[in-house]
Amino acid sequence: MKRFLGFVKKEFLHIFRDFRTLIILFGIPVAQILIFGFVVSTDIRDAGVAFLDLSKDDVTQKISDKICSSGFFRRVDDLQNYNEIDMVMKKGAVKAVIVFGDNFGADLISEGRATMSIIADGSEPNTATLITNYVTAIVTDFNRELAGASTGNKLLIQPEVRMFYNPGMKSHFMFVPGVITLILILICALMTSVTITREKEFGTMEVLLVSPLKPLHIILGKVTPYFLLSFINVIMILLLSWLVFDLPVKGSLILLLAESMLYILMSLSLGILISAVSKTMQQAIFISLVGLMLPTILLSGFIFPIENMPEAYDWFSAILPPRYFVVIIKNIMIKGAGFMYVWKETLILTVMTILFIGLSVRNFKVRLQ
Amino acid sequence: MIRNTVISVKNLVKKFGSFTANDNLNFEVYEGEIFGFLGANGAGKTTALRILSGLSSPTSGEVIVAGFNAKKDPEKIKKNIGYMCQKFSLYEDLTIRENIMLYGGIYGMSKVNIKKRTEDLLEKLHFEEYGDRLISALPLGLRQKLAFSVAVFHEPRIVFLDEPTGGVDPITRRQFWEMIYEAADRGITVFVTTHYMDEAEYCDRISIMSEGRIVALDTPEALKKKYDAGSVEEVFVKIARPQ
Repeated sequence: MKRFLGFVKKEFLHIFRDFRTLIILFGIPVAQILIFGFVVSTDIRDAGVAFLDLSKDDVTQKISDKICSSGFFRRVDDLQNYNEIDMVMKKGAVKAVIVFGDNFGADLISEGRATMSIIADGSEPNTATLITNYVTAIVTDFNRELAGASTGNKLLIQPEVRMFYNPGMKSHFMFVPGVITLILILICALMTSVTITREKEFGTMEVLLVSPLKPLHIILGKVTPYFLLSFINVIMILLLSWLVFDLPVKGSLILLLAESMLYILMSLSLGILISAVSKTMQQAIFISLVGLMLPTILLSGFIFPIENMPEAYDWFSAILPPRYFVVIIKNIMIKGAGFMYVWKETLILTVMTILFIGLSVRNFKVRLQ
Repeated sequence: MIRNTVISVKNLVKKFGSFTANDNLNFEVYEGEIFGFLGANGAGKTTALRILSGLSSPTSGEVIVAGFNAKKDPEKIKKNIGYMCQKFSLYEDLTIRENIMLYGGIYGMSKVNIKKRTEDLLEKLHFEEYGDRLISALPLGLRQKLAFSVAVFHEPRIVFLDEPTGGVDPITRRQFWEMIYEAADRGITVFVTTHYMDEAEYCDRISIMSEGRIVALDTPEALKKKYDAGSVEEVFVKIARPQ
C-alpha cells in the first residue's frame, strides 16, 4: 500500500508541475461552461416581432399594444397576408409573427373564445421558446383583465404556438450536461492514455514493470489521480452552473454523482485501452480526439438531437457511451427524474465499463508476454 | 575459489510463434561478477534480459535468478534486482530527491532509510546542490550516473544494465564504469549488455550471442587468446560475422 501511495503521489506531481495539464483539467471546463452559458442566452430584450392582423379590431389592437409595450418586443412590421410570414422571417429581423384571424374580436364577444397564432423562428430554439412563453404570458394576462372587466361570461383567447424549422425544441439547457459529458471523456480518456503512453515512450514504463510494483498497481496508480480530479471537476461544473446560471440539479444530487462516477470509470478504462493500443503520445491523442471527442460532440445528442439524425448515424451513436450519459444526466439534472427513469442507460454504461476494463486488462497482459 | 551462482540458465528456449529468439541458452553468472552480454542487434540479447528480469516468461528451460525460478516466481526476482535501460529512466519533471524517494519507496525501503542514503549518495556524487533540481535541468552525463545510482539504490543482488552508456561521452563513460566496479566490489552482480567493444574489455566474463545462440563465453583474455585476436572487437567480428 505504501508503495502504491508513493506512486500516486508521483502522478500528482506530474499533473501539478505541468501547466498545460492544469489548463486542460481546470481551465477548459470553466471556459466551456462560461462560453456556452453566455452564448446560449436565457433572456430576451427588444425582440423583433411582426403582426398579421386580419381582423383589425379593438381587441387585436389592445393585445398588440400590450405586447409591444411590454419592453420585450419591438414591432418591426405589419403583414398583409400569410405568404409574407416566411419572407420576413428569412430576413432575420423578425423573430416571431403574431397572427390574429378574421373576426377575432367578434368571435371573442359572440362565442367567448378566439384563437391567435404565435409563429416563432425555431432555428434559434432558445430565443423561440422564450418568445412564445412571453407572448403567451402576456395574452394570459390580457385574458385575466378581460375576465375581470366582464364578470359572468368568460372570454378566452387561446394562443396557439407553432415552431417553424425545429418543432421539437430539443436543445435548450443542454449545455451543462453536454459539457460535463465532454470534459469527463476529455480528462479521463485523453489524459490517462497520454500519461500512460508517455511512460512507454520515455522508457520509464519498463523500469516500473521490472520493479516489484504489479502491473495492476501501476495502472491503478496512474488513473487514481485522474479519477479524483474528474470528480472534483463534476462538482466544480455543477457549482458553476448553479451560481452563475442559476441552473440547479432538480433530481437527486447523490444519484447524479454516482452516475458520474460510473461514467468516469468507463472513460478511464477507455483511456487505458487506448494507451494499450498506441505506441506514442501523438497516437493516443489522435485516437482520443478523433475517436472520442468528435463523436461525443457531434453524435451524442449533446448539441444535435439524435432524433433528427439519419438512421445510420443513430445506429452509430448507439455504441457511443456518452450518448447514454447525456440522457442520464439530462434526466436527473433538468427533469428531476429518479433512478427508475435512467436504469436502462445505467445498465448499458455498466456493461460497457466492464467490457472496456476486461479488454484493457487482456491487452496489458498480452503485451507483457 | 568457490563462488556463489546468482544466475543459472539451463536450456533456455524462448519462441515467438515460429520464431526462436533464444535457442537453448546455458550459462551461469557468479556473485559480484561483471558479466558482459554482447551480440548484434536482433541476436536475442533483449529477449534473454527480459526473461532474466522477470518481464517475460521462458517457453522452456530452467532459469534461476537470485535463487528464484523465473517461470514460477518472477515477482520475487523483481524484488532482488535493479534495472537500467538504454532509454533514460528517471522522471524529468521530478527532482533528484523525488525520483529517489519514488524508486526507494517502490522497492519497499523505509522513508528514514531513503532520506539518509539519499544524502550519502548526493555527497558521494558531489550533487549536493542539485538535490532539489528537476532532472530536466541536468546534463546527460550526470543523469546517466544518477540513473545507475538509483538502479542500485536499494542494494539489489543483481543489477541489469541494458546498453547503459549509449550517447554518453568517453569521460562520463569512464566514470560510469568506475561506479559499476564499485557496485561489484560491494557484492552486487552486474549484468550488462553493450555495443561498445572497449567496454566489453572491462567485464570479468563476456558472452557473445548470435542468431539466438551463445557462440562464445569466457573471460576477455581467454577469448582473445582462443581466437588469436588483439581485442574483443576482433573476436566479435570473427565470430559474429556470417561466413
